[in-house]
Amino acid sequence: MREKEMTTPEIHIDEARSAGVKPLLEIRDLAITFSTGSGEVQAVRNAHLTIMPGETVAIVGESGSGKSTTALAAIGLLPNNGRVSAGQILLDGEDIAHASEKRMIELRGNTIGMVPQDPMSNLNPVWKIGYQVKETLRANGLPSGPDDIANVLAQAGLPDAHRRAKQYPHEFSGGMRQRALIAIGLSCQPRLLIADEPTSALDVTVQRQILDHLDTMTTELGTAVLLITHDLGLAAERADKVVVMYRGQVVEAGPSLALLQNPQHPYTKRLVESAPSLASRRIQVAKEQGVEASDLLASAAEAAAADNVLQIQDLRKVYKLRQGFGKSSDFAAVDGVSFDVKRGTTTAIVGESGSGKSTVAKMVLQLETPTDGKILFDGVDTSLLKASELFKFRRRVQPIFQDPYGSLDPMYNIYRTIEEPLRVHKIGNAASREKKVRELLDKVALPQSAMQRFPNELSGGQRQRVAIARALALDPDVIICDEAVSALDVLVQAQVLNLLADLQANLGLTYLFITHDLAVVRQIADHVCVMEKGKLVETGSTDDVFESPQQEYTKALLNAIPGAKLMLPPEVA
Amino acid sequence: MTSNYTHFVAPVDETPLLATDTLKADQAPLSLWSDAWRKLRRRPLFILSALLILALTLVALFPGLFSSVAPNDGCELSNSEGGPAAGHPFGFTFQGCDIYSRVVHGTQASLSVGVLSVLCVLIVGVTIGAIAGYYGGWVDAVLARLGDIFFALPLILGALIITQLPAFRENKSVWTVVLVISMLAWPQMARITRGAVIEVRNADFVTAARSLGVSKFGALVRHVLPNALAPIIVLATLELGVFIVAEATLSFLGVGLPQSIMSWGNDIAGAQASIRTNPQIMLYPAAALSITVLSFIMLGDAVRDALDPKSRQR
Amino acid sequence: MVSFILKRLLQVIPVFIGTTLFVYYMVFALPGDPIAALFGDRQPPQAVIDTLRTQYHLDEPFWVQYGLFLQNLFTFNLGNDFTGQPIAASLARAFPVTAMLATEALLIQAVFGIAFGVFAGLRRGGWFDSTVLVVSLVVIAVPTFVLGFVLQLVFGVQLGWAKPTVGANADWGSLLLPAIVLGLVSFAYVLRLTRASVSESMNADYVRTATAKGLSRPRVVVAHILRNSLIPVVTYLGANLGGLMGGAIVTEGIFNVPGVGNKLYQAILRTEGPTIVSIVSVLVLIFVVANLLVDLLYAWLDPRIRYDQ
Repeated sequence: MREKEMTTPEIHIDEARSAGVKPLLEIRDLAITFSTGSGEVQAVRNAHLTIMPGETVAIVGESGSGKSTTALAAIGLLPNNGRVSAGQILLDGEDIAHASEKRMIELRGNTIGMVPQDPMSNLNPVWKIGYQVKETLRANGLPSGPDDIANVLAQAGLPDAHRRAKQYPHEFSGGMRQRALIAIGLSCQPRLLIADEPTSALDVTVQRQILDHLDTMTTELGTAVLLITHDLGLAAERADKVVVMYRGQVVEAGPSLALLQNPQHPYTKRLVESAPSLASRRIQVAKEQGVEASDLLASAAEAAAADNVLQIQDLRKVYKLRQGFGKSSDFAAVDGVSFDVKRGTTTAIVGESGSGKSTVAKMVLQLETPTDGKILFDGVDTSLLKASELFKFRRRVQPIFQDPYGSLDPMYNIYRTIEEPLRVHKIGNAASREKKVRELLDKVALPQSAMQRFPNELSGGQRQRVAIARALALDPDVIICDEAVSALDVLVQAQVLNLLADLQANLGLTYLFITHDLAVVRQIADHVCVMEKGKLVETGSTDDVFESPQQEYTKALLNAIPGAKLMLPPEVA
Repeated sequence: MTSNYTHFVAPVDETPLLATDTLKADQAPLSLWSDAWRKLRRRPLFILSALLILALTLVALFPGLFSSVAPNDGCELSNSEGGPAAGHPFGFTFQGCDIYSRVVHGTQASLSVGVLSVLCVLIVGVTIGAIAGYYGGWVDAVLARLGDIFFALPLILGALIITQLPAFRENKSVWTVVLVISMLAWPQMARITRGAVIEVRNADFVTAARSLGVSKFGALVRHVLPNALAPIIVLATLELGVFIVAEATLSFLGVGLPQSIMSWGNDIAGAQASIRTNPQIMLYPAAALSITVLSFIMLGDAVRDALDPKSRQR
Repeated sequence: MVSFILKRLLQVIPVFIGTTLFVYYMVFALPGDPIAALFGDRQPPQAVIDTLRTQYHLDEPFWVQYGLFLQNLFTFNLGNDFTGQPIAASLARAFPVTAMLATEALLIQAVFGIAFGVFAGLRRGGWFDSTVLVVSLVVIAVPTFVLGFVLQLVFGVQLGWAKPTVGANADWGSLLLPAIVLGLVSFAYVLRLTRASVSESMNADYVRTATAKGLSRPRVVVAHILRNSLIPVVTYLGANLGGLMGGAIVTEGIFNVPGVGNKLYQAILRTEGPTIVSIVSVLVLIFVVANLLVDLLYAWLDPRIRYDQ
């Protein structure tokens, strides 16, 4: 293998090594093989990484890159059909790649801890939080009285720990569960903590708090961290060193900043280019015509100044929350929201979970009835539409949803999926509809051979393209994208965002883009509406909001974008 | 390459960069059903049960092809409890009737009760379950309570009550048994359907269809129900076996099929008296019954494995 | 938890009223003379007819009849059977026997079903798993009454290991064979359900996390895999109590166990309508109450249920 000199020397580590400090964990030429129904599949090849005591190392890669598998091998938790087929995993010089289960049980908890990915599924729903901490302490021979348990939880930043210990997981919010899992992972003060996407399921502001807390705790305890993440910005911000994995192999590894500023491998380069958290401007769709994007947008905006395709006026949605025995209380999911959407532009509604942003989308789509307020489409109050007019309205406003696995009917092949809107609206005959489906597949850059496929045979990004094609079938004016790219891997996400931008330029579409991800907003939106707890807290052009946010909440959101503080040279970003 | 401090880059030729998100087009397109069918075909359990069910269906439809002796012809008391004889491979019942012929002719009653009951339960249970699950609210609450009432009547107990009605007692037939079983067994199907429908009804593809302009009921029929079918089919197959047992039990208790209809349950009941002296009189109808039930249970098992979404490849 | 119990209790009332109303309506309110209908072709003694007319208040309007029927049911005033014996008294004698039989059968299916299911589920695909799976299929396929006769013949008559019939003095030992017959089919279902549920929860994220915490394998299996797998099994055991009652009729008939099921079986053979209605109503009441208890057990096993509105 080739070696390259590092570009930014990290002198203190070199000093540590010369002072005789040995690596805590060293993975050498690791290969992991899964036996599946269709034979042996090698999930990881030639993987190698080194973690010094107290150091944080991040593995970055997209789903299926082998990053989690590598980490699981280090704690001996590969699924039953997986095994280490070559290489070594050295912990303090001891090869644990094939260690006995007894030895691994000794090591787990107090030498190697783990914080898993999904806070919803990783706590056992039938045991109290306190018990789940207690059994960890007891299994590792530590005192496990009520005070010890409360202490562990309190250290992970759970307030009122004595009371919290007596609650069940379902009584905790996602952020609190993740704190409980961090508490458990660190309760026996392990020397190495494996953190597998510890915050990917959480809102950005919560994510930031939790990662900060994790940093503080591991620094205090001197714990080394192996951080698994798909987010290059987050990895660079949190880790001393980044290891990039691609298709089961390590393609690049090095000190975070050096790797980010000077990516060498083509995959890393592409990753750095596409990482939304590192991007600093809107996707430029008119580059090949030699027109400056800002000019184009400015002229488009000017032309559309008087042309608001959607006007949302003082929109409210109140739900009755049942509290048992006939009592109920009102909950305003959306509370007095007003904004306009100009034709041919993209307006993003940004907010964390529970902000009411998706409820706004549902009301615009006429899938929920507003409690109060108006939605004007082309100047017409949509609440006054008769059934036949509503049917016509549906031709002009189409949605694209978040979950690429849930947005297509698994029983319909791609042709039927895209053709359904044409058939429902009785457009054309069989031949003309097939022609239209072929055109639509071309538009979303899918081969026509995909027509006979079923959704389960497509990747997440391809499904989302099909969903876009279906939305375009009726030549709508407005497309509501409800978290349309959130579930996709970074590179695929960039592809889909580019596609959306192209379509907008070519077809003059208007997008209402619902998202929790400010980084994506920067890439695609012209205007931003920031929502918090049902209320609109800030609106403005994307540039204004990003450069000089007026509200504390908006500032907090912007600060929470991982990697936002990393200064990157413009030619990279 | 083990150093921690250098900037490592893997050789590009060893880790070639592939185009992002390419469509794999090497296999034939695979729908959910053809995928399930492909998996089923390879399972010995399925092949065995399918062959057995096919054979049983033939016997039920054309009993004459398998037995030249009519079941009640030539019953002679002189043959009472007689052992196997030429043309009578299983021997004779207490009344001196040919056991083999009775077993062959009993197939029809068992299978038709099973199949008809499952059809009735499917029609009632799926309709009620789908409406309750899809529309929710007070419709769901009322239908759920209605289901609870019938659910609280255990099948055999409830059947004993219903069959005490003169209308049933005096008109015993395949249809009365089907009616009794369906009346008491639909809540189970309704519950399963309701659960499956609730799981699907909020899926994004249903919302997408609604915002295309598909009506609420249209979305139920075109998108929700087809995606909720798997657990319904599995339960229906398993219940076929359960209902055949229920019919035999009711006939055994004397409240099922009338004596005039040839049925395994009746024959087993009739063989009680001679169980200690001539167990084979009971053995043959009992074996036929068990093999039939086994076939349907195995089929249900195989179908469940094939339709299991977790085993589905992407 | 308290509000869950209250809520559940409130749900039981309409179910019980609905069920008994259905049973009562079926027998007493359909067109024709209910007394004549009850006895079919046979002509009962005039004394019996008079007693029945008084007992069921057949001259009163339907709702009053039904109300009095419920009142009688709750005060165990169940009237007399055709031999003039009070039904309540003979039920009181028969009930402990059936309770013993049912407890024994329930223990057999729960203990062995769960134990075998856990072993099979933990080693899915192994020889134990494969064997147990085939055996359970066969057991499920053989109806209870066939199984009863076969085991009675083999163990009771031919091998002489057990008394072929139980007779008047039922105790735990003599009830073992009938209890095995009664519990066997559900045992197979419990086994298969436990197996499926264990192998599913083995792959759950929280089990992996528990292992990552450094817990020993036995602790992970007991506290996380087994504990969570029990939830669907308990639901099944509760729902299956009704099946157990149906099975008890057949089993007690075959083995001549002097229990409630046998009383019902005899009543059916003699087409004694009123006795059948009384016994079934009591059994339905027990079933509804037992299901309530199972629901509480379920809520105790799965804390999420208590809060799920």
